[in-house]
Amino acid sequence: MTAPTDTTGKGPSDYRKLEESVTLSPVANPSGLGQSEELLTINMGPHHPATHGVLRLLVTLDGEIVRDLRPLIGYLHTGIEKTCEDKPYWKVVPLVERMDYLAYYFNAMAYVHSVEELVGIEVPKRAQYLRVIHMELNRIMSHLFWFGTSCLDIGAMSLLWYSLRERETILDLFESASGQRVHTRYFQIGGVIEDIPGGGWVDRCRAFVKELPTRVAQFRDLIYANEIALQRLKGVGIVDSQRLLDLGVTGPLLRASGVEWDLRKAQPYSSYDDFEFGVPLGAVGDNFDRMAVRLAEMEESAKIIEQALDGLPEGPVIVDDRKVALPPRHELATSMEALIHHFKLVTEGFRVAPGERYSAIEGPRGELGCFVKADGSSKPARVHIRDSSFVNLQAIADMCRGGYIADLIATLAMLDPILGGIDR
Amino acid sequence: MEVTRTPVGATPADAAADLKIRQYDAQRMLRGDMSDEELEEYVRSRVLTTTLDQALTWARSNAIFPATFGLACCAIEMITLVGSRLDIARIGSEAMRASPRQADLLILSGRVSIKMAPIIRRIYDQMLEPKWTIAMGACSSSMGVFNNYAIVPADKFLPVDVHVPGCPPRPEAVMYGVLKLRDQIQQKPDLGWRARYDAGSTIEVLGTEGVPNGGGSITTTRTHVGPGRPAPAPTPEIAPGLVLPPTATPSA
Ligand code: SF4
Repeated sequence: MTAPTDTTGKGPSDYRKLEESVTLSPVANPSGLGQSEELLTINMGPHHPATHGVLRLLVTLDGEIVRDLRPLIGYLHTGIEKTCEDKPYWKVVPLVERMDYLAYYFNAMAYVHSVEELVGIEVPKRAQYLRVIHMELNRIMSHLFWFGTSCLDIGAMSLLWYSLRERETILDLFESASGQRVHTRYFQIGGVIEDIPGGGWVDRCRAFVKELPTRVAQFRDLIYANEIALQRLKGVGIVDSQRLLDLGVTGPLLRASGVEWDLRKAQPYSSYDDFEFGVPLGAVGDNFDRMAVRLAEMEESAKIIEQALDGLPEGPVIVDDRKVALPPRHELATSMEALIHHFKLVTEGFRVAPGERYSAIEGPRGELGCFVKADGSSKPARVHIRDSSFVNLQAIADMCRGGYIADLIATLAMLDPILGGIDR
Repeated sequence: MEVTRTPVGATPADAAADLKIRQYDAQRMLRGDMSDEELEEYVRSRVLTTTLDQALTWARSNAIFPATFGLACCAIEMITLVGSRLDIARIGSEAMRASPRQADLLILSGRVSIKMAPIIRRIYDQMLEPKWTIAMGACSSSMGVFNNYAIVPADKFLPVDVHVPGCPPRPEAVMYGVLKLRDQIQQKPDLGWRARYDAGSTIEVLGTEGVPNGGGSITTTRTHVGPGRPAPAPTPEIAPGLVLPPTATPSA
C-alpha cells in the first residue's frame, strides 16, 4: 500500500498514518513455515461481490490457506451518529433506521426504547404487540435476505430467487402498514405511527406465517441434501463459545456455538415475555450450525407473530401524552390546544431532562444497543448504537484462520455483516 | 427501421400456396432470372436495411450489463430488481458483472462516503466505453437525509446519466431509470451535456519521472467518443515509465 499523492503539503493525515500502520507482523513468521515459503498478502474489497457491502479485507495467504486477516472498515461512514445530535429526538428515528439497513425496525426500536426509558413513557399494550409483529417480520426478512445472498456466495443461485419471493411478501405487508417498503419510520417515540390497516392485513400476515414453515422446510431440503453445500459448511469456521464470548459476539453466531443468550428471553422488552418461543441452539458452532440456527429462528419468529396476532389487544397505538406524541390529525381542526402541541413538537420537539440511558434489544444479528445522552435540550447530546455486526466482525479472523480462502467467502457470508451498521 | 411482412395466408392451403410462390421466386432470383424492377421489389420485401449505428445502439441498449456494486440500503432494493417480481432480465440487464471491465452500467446504489468516492471513480475509469451511470437514491444524488460531512454527491466526481430519486427508490423506479437510459441510448445517444461538461472518460497519467508518485502532477487527458464531440485535445508529453496512481483522483 503506497500513500496517495500528497497535494496539501501538510503530510499524510492522522487517519492515513493509522491506516498505514496496519501491520501483519504477528504472522510474519508463523510457526511451521520454513524460510523458503512465502506469505502473500492480498487485498479483498472494498468492491468485491462477496463481501456483502464495502468491506475491505487484508488477507495473508500461505498458498491457499488463510494465515491472517484484517478487516478495514469505514468505506460507508455516513456520520449518522453526529447528524443525530442536530435533530430533535423524534426526528432522529429516520436517521438511525438507515444504519443497519436490513434491520430498520430494530434500529428504530433500539433508539425509541432508550428514549422511552429516559423520559419514562409507558407504551400502550397494542403498540407493543404491533412492534413485536413488525420486528419479527423484519427478522424473518433479514434472515431471508441473508439466506439468499449467502447461498449465492456458496454457489446456490436459485435460492436467491426463492428467498426474494418470500421477502417481497413481507415488504408488501410493511408497505401497506406504513407506506414504505424499506425505512418505514413506523415506530415513534411512545408507540407506532398508525394502527395496522384493515382490509385483510391481518389475514395476509397470518397466511404468510402459516406458509413460512413450509418454505423453510423447502430451503432445508435444498441445502441439507446438497453434498457440495454441506462440504462447504460442515466443520468450517469453528470458534469455541468462550472465545466468542470474549470477543463480545452475540446473536445467531453465539447461539450456533451452544450458548443460550437471547435478549428477548434474558431481558424481555416490549412484552416479549407474553409469548412462547424457543431459542434455537447449535452444537458445534461451524458454518452449518450458523445457517441452521437462522433457519430455525425464522420459524420461531413465525410462532411469535401468530401469537401476537391472536392476542392483539385493543386500545391506542401511541401514548396519549401530548408532550411527546403528535395529537391525532382530526383534533387539529377543532382544538386550539392540540394545535399548539402540534406546533411545539414539530418546530422544537420535546425536551428531555439531563440523563443517559443504554438499552439493548435482540436484533437479527445480535445485541443491538442504543445509548442516548440527554442534556436538557430538545436534541440528544449523544446517540450511539452498539451495532451487532460491528462487534461480530471482530471474530472473522478467528473464524477464518487456518482455513482455505474459498471457505473465507462462506464464513464471511455466515457472519452476516451489514456494512451500513458497521460504519454508520 | 421498417419491417415488411408478407401476410400469412388465412387458411393452411393459402399458406402452402404462398410458400410455393416464395420458393419459386427465390429460385428465380438465384438463377438470375429476375429483371431490374422485379429484383428491386424482391429485395425490398426481403431485406431489412438500417444503419450500422442504429443497429449498434439497438444492440447496446438491450444488453446493458450492470456492475455488481452495492453500497448501502439502496443496494438491497437494487438486488430486488433481479428477483422474479421485476425480473430485469426482460430488458437484457440481468447479467451483473463483477468485473468493471465487463460492465456497461454503474448503479450507484447508496450513499457515497468521502473515503469511497476515489474507489468508485477508479472503478468507473476501469469500465470500458461506452459506459453509463445511474445514481440511485437520494444519497448519491444529493446526500439525502444525512447531508453532512461524510457524504459526497455523485455529480461531484462522476458523470451521471440518470438520477433515480427516492430513499430508497422502489425497484420499479430503478427499472424505469434503466428504461430511460435505454431510450437515451437508442434515440438520443448524445444529450450534449457530456461534451458541455467535458465529461468523457479519463485516462490518468503520471507526470514527471523521478518524483515519487508523480509529485502531485497528475495530468488528465480525455477521450471523446460518439458523434458531436469535439476532437480530443493534444495529449501532453508523457514521461516514459508510466505508473498507475494508487488511487484515482476525483475530478470535481
Ligand atoms: S437514499 Fe436512502 S435508502 Fe438509499 S442509501 Fe441513502 S439513506 Fe439508504
